[in-house]
Amino acid sequence: MKTYAHTVALASLLLACQGAGAADAELHAEFKAMLDSSFKTTGIAAKHRIYQLDFQAACSQAQAPAMPVQKAIEAEQLKTIRYPADGNYFGNWKEGEKIAISGRGLTWTDKTPTDNGGGCYNCHQMSHHEIAYGTIGTSLLEYGKTRGRSDEVLRYTWGKIWNAKAFNACSNMPRNGDADILTEQQIKHLMAYLFDPESPVNKK
Amino acid sequence: MNYRMLSQGLAGACLVLGTLGAGSAQADATTDEIARYREMIADGNPSELFALQGEELWKQKRGPRNASLEQCDLGLGPGVVKGASARLPRYFKDTGRVQDLETRLMTCMETLQGIDPKTIINAAWGKGEREKMQAIVAYVVTESHGEKIDIDMKPPQMKKMYELGKMTFYYRGGPMDFSCATCHGDKDKRIRLQDLPDLRTQAGAAAGWGSWPAYRVSNGQFWTMQHRLNDCFRQQRFPEPIYGSDVTIALSVYMAATGNGGTVMTPGIKR
Ligand code: HEC
Ligand code: HEC
Repeated sequence: MKTYAHTVALASLLLACQGAGAADAELHAEFKAMLDSSFKTTGIAAKHRIYQLDFQAACSQAQAPAMPVQKAIEAEQLKTIRYPADGNYFGNWKEGEKIAISGRGLTWTDKTPTDNGGGCYNCHQMSHHEIAYGTIGTSLLEYGKTRGRSDEVLRYTWGKIWNAKAFNACSNMPRNGDADILTEQQIKHLMAYLFDPESPVNKK
Repeated sequence: MNYRMLSQGLAGACLVLGTLGAGSAQADATTDEIARYREMIADGNPSELFALQGEELWKQKRGPRNASLEQCDLGLGPGVVKGASARLPRYFKDTGRVQDLETRLMTCMETLQGIDPKTIINAAWGKGEREKMQAIVAYVVTESHGEKIDIDMKPPQMKKMYELGKMTFYYRGGPMDFSCATCHGDKDKRIRLQDLPDLRTQAGAAAGWGSWPAYRVSNGQFWTMQHRLNDCFRQQRFPEPIYGSDVTIALSVYMAATGNGGTVMTPGIKR
C-alpha cells in the first residue's frame, strides 16, 4: 500500500475545512463491515481488492477532493512513472491497435493477471476506422498528427498512459504502468499506435 | 488522523470541482439500430418462457416441507405478487432486514419450503436452485410490468441502506481504480457501443434499474438484478460480491430510490 509523505502538511491544510462528525464515523465503520462481509475471492480477483489505496479513497465521493489534495495526489503519482530505460518510446503500431481494442484482463474470469488488453477503445475514439469506441475519455483521433512528436509531448503521453492520476488526481483512466496492467513493451506499441504517421490514428 | 480519514470526511465540505472526462454527447446510428431491434421483439419477449416456468415453480409443492410459495409475503401481504417487485427493496419487520426481491424469495423458500439459502447462494448462475430462483424472479417481475417504481424510503433502515449504497456507488478500488460512477456517473456516455445510464439521476436510474431483470439476447439467458450487479462488479475488476449480500442490496436501494416514480419495464430486453 502506498502512503503519502505529505500527510502532515496536508492535514494542516485540510483542518481549515469542517471535520467529519461522529455519525459519519459510525456510518463509515458500518460501511467497512458491509464490504468485508459482502465480497469473496474468485479466481485471480482476490478479496483484498476491496481495500483502497489512499488516493482511491480520496477520489470516492461525488465531487473531486479539494484542489490541494488533488495536487498532492498528482505529485505522488508522478513519482511512480518509469520512462523507457533505453530511451526509445516506440514499438509496433499494429500490435498497439490490438492492445487498444482488447478490453480483457484482471477480472475473475481471466486466468492470469498478465497478458491484459489496454481497453482504450472502451473509453476513447482513436482511429479513422474503428467506430466501436466509447466516450468516457476524450477523442484521441489524429493524436500524433495534431500534437507533433516533441520530447515534451512524448514524455507527457507516456506518463499519462503509465499513470493517468499523475496529471488528473481522480482521472477515470487506469494506471496502466503503475498498476501492472500493461508492460513497458505494450505501452511502446500503444505509443506507436498514437504517433506513427502510418497508424490509422493519424492516416485516413 | 490520517490522510485518508481526512480526505473522506472533508471531501463533502471542501468543494473544489475537478473537471473530469470531457467526451461529447452523441446518439448515433448504432443506438437507432438497437432501438429498432427492441421494437421488433417487443411483442414477443422471450422472458415469457422463463416466467411461465417460474409461475409453475411458485405454485409447485417443493422442498423438505413440500410446500408452495403461494403464501410468500413479498411486502404486500401473503400471496400478493402483482405490483410487489415495483416496491422492492423494502424493509421487512419479520426478518429485520432490508431485502431485495431475491433475498426475500430466499426467505420464503427457507421458511415455507425448508430450502437452505446456501443451496442458492453457493450455486452457479443457471444451475440448481439458483436456476429456479431466476425463473421465479422472471414470473414475479412480469407481474409488475407497467407499474411505477414505488420505494418506501420512510423507514430509517432504508435511509441507512441508501447512504451505504451511495457510498458503494462512488467507492473506487481494484487494479483499475474503478467505481460504479466511473461508468455510470456522467451523462450520455458509452463503453464501445453500449450506452451507459447515468445512475445518479432520476431518469437514468429509472431506465437502468427499471429495465432489469432482463432477457439478454446476446446469450439467450434471463438475468436477475443480482446477476447484473455481479457482472458489473466483474467489469469493475472487484472481487466477486456474494449472492444477496448487503452490498448488492445497498446498491439496489440507492438505484431504486433514485429512480422512484419511473416506470417498471421488467422483464427488460437487452443486448
Ligand atoms: C475508463 C476510461 C479510460 C480508459 C480505459 C482509458 N482512458 Fe485514456 N483517458 C480517459 C479520460 C477520462 C481522459 C481525459 C481526462 C483525464 O485525464 O482524466 C483520458 C486521457 C487520455 C490521454 C490524454 C489526452 C490528452 O488530450 O491529453 C491519453 C494519451 C490517453 N487517455 C490514452 C489512453 C490509452 C492509450 C488507453 C489504453 C491503454 C487509455 N487511455 C485508456 C479515460 C480512459
Ligand atoms: C467498467 C465499466 C462498468 C462498471 C465499473 C460498472 N458498470 Fe454497470 N454497466 C456497464 C455496461 C457496459 C453496461 C451495459 C451492459 C450490457 O449492455 O451488456 C452496464 C449496465 C448496468 C446496468 C443496467 C443498465 C441498463 O440500462 O440496462 C445497471 C443497473 C448497472 N450497470 C449498475 C452498475 C453498478 C451498480 C455498478 C457498480 C457496482 C456498475 N454498474 C459498475 C459497465 C460498467
